[in-house]
Amino acid sequence: MTTADTVRPASADVLTASELAAVRADFPLLERTVRGGRPLVYLDSAATSQKPNVVLEAEVEFYEQRNAAVHRGAHQLAEEATEAFESARSAVAAFVGADDGEIVWAPGATAALNLVAYAFSNATAGRGGEAAERFRLAPGDEIVVTEAEHHANLVPWQELCARTGAVLRWFGVGDDGRIDLSHVDEVITDRTRIVAFGHVSNVTGAVGPVTELVAAAGRVGAYTVLDACQSVPHLPVDLHALGVDFAAFSAHKMLGPTGVGALYARRELLEAMPPVTTGGSMVEVVTMDATTYAPPPQRFEAGTQMVAQAVGMGVAAQWLEELGMSRVAQHERELAAELLRITEIPGVRLIGPTDTVDRLAVVSFVVDGVHAHDVSQVLDDQGVAVRTGHHCAQPLHRRFGVAATTRASASVYTTVEEIAAFREALAGVRAFFGAE
Amino acid sequence: MSSSLEQMYQQVILDHAKFPHGRGLVEPAAGHLAGESHQVNPTCGDEVTLRVDVERDGAAGTVVRGVSWDGQGCSISQASVSVMTELVTGRDLAEVRQLDATFHALMASRGKGLDDEAALDALGDGEAFTGVSQYPARIKCALLGWAALKDSLARSGALADSTGGSDD
Repeated sequence: MTTADTVRPASADVLTASELAAVRADFPLLERTVRGGRPLVYLDSAATSQKPNVVLEAEVEFYEQRNAAVHRGAHQLAEEATEAFESARSAVAAFVGADDGEIVWAPGATAALNLVAYAFSNATAGRGGEAAERFRLAPGDEIVVTEAEHHANLVPWQELCARTGAVLRWFGVGDDGRIDLSHVDEVITDRTRIVAFGHVSNVTGAVGPVTELVAAAGRVGAYTVLDACQSVPHLPVDLHALGVDFAAFSAHKMLGPTGVGALYARRELLEAMPPVTTGGSMVEVVTMDATTYAPPPQRFEAGTQMVAQAVGMGVAAQWLEELGMSRVAQHERELAAELLRITEIPGVRLIGPTDTVDRLAVVSFVVDGVHAHDVSQVLDDQGVAVRTGHHCAQPLHRRFGVAATTRASASVYTTVEEIAAFREALAGVRAFFGAE
Repeated sequence: MSSSLEQMYQQVILDHAKFPHGRGLVEPAAGHLAGESHQVNPTCGDEVTLRVDVERDGAAGTVVRGVSWDGQGCSISQASVSVMTELVTGRDLAEVRQLDATFHALMASRGKGLDDEAALDALGDGEAFTGVSQYPARIKCALLGWAALKDSLARSGALADSTGGSDD
């Protein structure tokens, strides 16, 4: 599968107006007004998405009907809670083309990426025995990232390097906002052990060169780690087809609850990885001298899990699956084109690709003469909710010589009319501040 | 535009943001105390580097003779540093402390302003920031320069054992 395939599925019917209206009716929050009765135009879904009723109801239903500790206790509630918890895992696994045993619950993508980094760290410290030797890092080994990463897929690797003596290297970003792969075989070499990169940039919306990076890592036997936070809610994603070793994504960006996310890892890797967080529920035999560990995924799920949230994440995945991710992607392609029309407004400059090829419905931009914070305040006054700041990607902002941008990001429930309202509000910003 | 937005972005704030006072770092006068502070607002990337020039004068107490700064940020943060620069230049430490306390109280007022007319008058253009206090996310923008002032005064050594009293 090429990246282009993931963005342009063969055929998908666009959502009809009545289907989109039905989608929106599923999200109670979208009905509220803000700032003195204005309709809410929510364009901050890349930060966190809104939640459909079925997700909210699934959490309530779990607490009202099934709440119990999972994977322990023989009573009926414990059985039902465990069933709900594991069914959610299956739903999430199926949603991203993985097997059930390849999904580990984590509090979110940040925690999932840190889990991978600390597993390498613990292996380097000698934990995990012979099976984990493959993850040991030595001074001079290299970890490769990109300049476009969210801090969550950068800082854990910086820290892993600091703990192990490995060296961090990275691909730069071109003026067009795309990852610059022109020296791919000089960056990814025999010394490379891990290549970590985002599927879709949370700033530019650009789809990363997954196929090329997986191939380059494959040539040198390096592990690949995919930050899939911004792709899984918006594109059909098949992790087996993409061929990555690890992937992470959060529920709250894909219409699910906060506090839960998923780590994907190929099964044989999970089998070999040493545990990271240790304690209850992840063990086999505990004596005062030593402990043996449960097989994955339980080995990586110490302590009481976020069961209701996991159930909600499973329902969110099913909700998207039923609508059809190809259709979601088709709808959002139209939204991306509408968002890109902000470049028609004088003084508005986009950071990242200016075309709709391999890019999602996320735009970050600067307005000449007006700071990003002030831009978003005027938009907010019109009911338009956008994000302002560096979006947890300071190096990428530094690359473009700006400290902050304003970002508008759409999701399946966003309408063309909302984006038109956003553009109209944006067109008034420079006049408000008297910018020439 | 709503009235609350216009209350926040008063003309006096927009003017200060466009033509800020004290911008451009200046070397402190010889024999004066000097302190510098760099403050960052990590959520939006606003930053300011601010320098104070403080004179210890037996008769007049410990007086802020000059404030200079460099930085980038939104109109609220830039205007606030500008207004603050005007307010505290030439004031002794006790007065600066009072102004700082008044401005912080104003920022905590949730758009209501202050009952203490005299204290509010002392803030001069600073009163224009009343509207900012309605927006919790923007209060830290308005306080960035004040945090830099407090820190640079501490670093200058002016707060230790001065006639203006010690800083808490």
